[in-house]
Amino acid sequence: MNHSNHVVSSAITAESIADSSVVAPETVAQYALGLGDDALVLAHRLGEWIANAPELEEDVAIGNIGLDLLGHARSLLTYAGTAWDRSEDDLAYFRDEPEFRSRQLFEQPNGDFAVTIARQLIASVYFAELYRALAASDDPTLAAIAAKAVKEVDYHVDHSLQWLRRLGLGTELSHERMQRGLDIMWPFADELFQPDPFAAELEGIAVDSTRLREAFDALVPRLIVDAGLEVPTGAPAQGGGRLGRHSEALGPMLAEMQVLARAHPGAIW
Amino acid sequence: MNTELLARPRPETPSELAVWDLAATVVDPEVPVLTIEDLGVLRRVAIEGSTVVVDITPTYSGCPAVDAIRDDVVAVLGAAGYGNVVVRTVLAPAWTTDWMSEAGRAKLEDYGIAAPVSRGTGGTVNLGLGIRCPHCGSMHTRELSRFGSTSCKALYVCQRCQEPFDYFKEH
Repeated sequence: MNHSNHVVSSAITAESIADSSVVAPETVAQYALGLGDDALVLAHRLGEWIANAPELEEDVAIGNIGLDLLGHARSLLTYAGTAWDRSEDDLAYFRDEPEFRSRQLFEQPNGDFAVTIARQLIASVYFAELYRALAASDDPTLAAIAAKAVKEVDYHVDHSLQWLRRLGLGTELSHERMQRGLDIMWPFADELFQPDPFAAELEGIAVDSTRLREAFDALVPRLIVDAGLEVPTGAPAQGGGRLGRHSEALGPMLAEMQVLARAHPGAIW
Repeated sequence: MNTELLARPRPETPSELAVWDLAATVVDPEVPVLTIEDLGVLRRVAIEGSTVVVDITPTYSGCPAVDAIRDDVVAVLGAAGYGNVVVRTVLAPAWTTDWMSEAGRAKLEDYGIAAPVSRGTGGTVNLGLGIRCPHCGSMHTRELSRFGSTSCKALYVCQRCQEPFDYFKEH
C-alpha cells in the first residue's frame, strides 16, 4: 500500500463538509457554533477597516487577517450546521443577536487603530492557545480546522505584537492611545477563559478554556510591560456571550452584516 | 516521511493517473505560473463508479482562490469528457509551503516572487538567512509588510536594486 495515499485518504473534508457524510453530534455542533461565531464576528469587525486603515499596508494586513478568520468561521459554521441541516450562510445571516454565541470581546467596536490592536493582541494570543490545544481534539474535523488555523493565527499574534511595541514605545500620543486601547479592551479578556457551556460534556473533544488562562497570563502582561505600557487593572466585563448575552455593539454590527442577505434571500454573486 | 510523496500523492492506476495529469494542468489564479500540482494543492484523485473525485486543499483557510480552482478542475475534466466530477476541499493534513515542487520554486523565482524558505518539515533546519531578491539575487532585503497582495505573500523590498517584490511566505 502506498503510504502517502493512506495519509491523504484519511483526510477530513470540512469546507465542503456539507457534501460529505460527516455530521457533527449535537453538543459538538453547539460548541463549534460558539467558536465559529467568535471568528465570524471578529472577521467582520476587521473588514470594517478596509479602506480606512492608517496606511495601505495595514488595509492589506487587517484585510488578510480578517480573511483568515472568515475561513475559520466558514469551516466551523459549516461543520456545526451539519447537525441541523443548515448552511454556513443560514447560520451567519439568518440568526438574530440572542442566537449568536460569540464572546463579547470580538464584537467591540474598532475604535481608533490602537483600540483595534489591543483587541487583536488579546484575541490572537487566545486563538493561538485555543487552536494549538484543539488540534489535539478527538474530533477529527475540529482537529483539522484547528491544525490549519494555528499556523495562520501565529502571524496574527506577530502583527499585533509589532504594533503594540511600535505604538507603546513610539510618541507620547501613540503611547497614550495604545494604553487607552488596552484599558478599553482588557475587561473583555476575562470572558475568554470562562467555562464554555458545552465543553464540560466534551472531554477530549473541546478545549477547556479555563486552562488557557495560564499561558495567556504568562505571556500578554509581559508583552505589555515590554512595550512600556501598564497592564490594565479594570474589573472584568459581565460576559455571557456564549449564552447569547451581548453588549450593545453586536446588534448594529449584525444589521449591517446581514442586511443584504436578508433583503435578497438566496441571492448569489 | 518523504515530503515529495506526501506533497504529490499521485494515484497508481492508469485511469486515475490520466485524471490526475489533467487536473494538474490547472493553475493558481493568483500565481498563474504555478499549477495546483506544483503547489501541493492537488491532493487526491479517485474514480468511484462513474464519479471522478478530486480533492484539493486550500493554502490558507480563507483563500478565495479555492472556488476558482474548483471550477477550473471541473472545466478541464469536463472538456476531456469527464462529466461527473466532484471536487472536495480537504483540510487535513494542513497545507505547507514545503510541499511546493522544485520546478514550482524555480518558476516562482522567474516570475519575480521569492520562493518560500523551508519550514523544516522535510527534516532540514531553516537557518533564516534572509530572503533573496528574485530580481538581482541580493540577500540584502527588507520586509515591508508581513501581509501582501494575497494571503500567501509578504511584501519585501531589495536594498540593492531598490525593487519591491512579493515573497511567498513560509507556511
